[in-house]
Amino acid sequence: MHRFANPARFMRLSGALLPWFGAGAAIFLAAGLYLALFVAPPDYQQGEAVRIMFIHVPSAWMATLVYGVMALASAVALIWRHPLADIAAQAAAPLGAGFTLLCLVTGSLWGEPMWGTWWVWDARLTSVLVLFFLYLGYIALVNAFDDPTRGARAGAVLALVGVVNLPIIKFSVDWWNTLHQPASVFRMGGPTIDRAMLTPLFVMAIGFMLYFAWALMLRMRTAILASRVRAARLGEIEAVEPQRQRAAAGSLS
Amino acid sequence: METVAHYLEMGGYARFVWPAYGVAVLTLLAMAVASVAGWRRQRRLWAALEAAGQVRRRASDRR
Repeated sequence: MHRFANPARFMRLSGALLPWFGAGAAIFLAAGLYLALFVAPPDYQQGEAVRIMFIHVPSAWMATLVYGVMALASAVALIWRHPLADIAAQAAAPLGAGFTLLCLVTGSLWGEPMWGTWWVWDARLTSVLVLFFLYLGYIALVNAFDDPTRGARAGAVLALVGVVNLPIIKFSVDWWNTLHQPASVFRMGGPTIDRAMLTPLFVMAIGFMLYFAWALMLRMRTAILASRVRAARLGEIEAVEPQRQRAAAGSLS
Repeated sequence: METVAHYLEMGGYARFVWPAYGVAVLTLLAMAVASVAGWRRQRRLWAALEAAGQVRRRASDRR
């Protein structure tokens, strides 16, 4: 782990990996779109509306997965003061918020024709809405401090507290009555979805994951470069300052 | 042409299916564009510092 702790090494490694992840994401997302829109069969009950699943379900997986990544990075940041951990958590947060928003909007667009309502305040939908607000709260909290280190620490604590929401989301469909269907892919006894729909779903999900990996790396690289720019500017001020002091001293004498 | 129109109807669910895909494309595109723009902004700032001789070139992360 500590081999990758070094930002310089991370920059080298991520610079080499970035185009591959970007290309992989583009290929899988394009293939996923094709499979979802042209190859997958209509559902025997839901008809063509089932195609929303190929967006909704991967974005829901990403919404929770990204939060897991963010919480794990926050734990590493708090425990080991890993230099890249805070950067990773902060780079992940806006992406997680985006996936969660996508999940909520597509869920709404699926709910109206299938359930007859855009929204219900049941456990699954509400806990995912809470997840969205956790992301927003994290972003706001991190940026609410003048000292970035303190902001990062407060954000990390919030991210860890929010982890309690993840099992609630996962098991909400079993614990409470809901319009939302129960787990049909990651469940005991295997998936209940047919192969013809499962394959496009997984292709799309892999595309989403590669996209996230690409964007996360790019955003982490941006944060590292930004800190170098800041440090260089501080150095600039320090380099200029003694001259100014000398000049001031000269004008006095 | 008729088959295309038939396909676009999505069995009567067009007004739910297409917005879902539209929102997905827009969201992923927006996050990608914002991330790339952020990187380019920092690259520009860094290049300006380099040009001013404030920092040394780093071969490792030039892109």
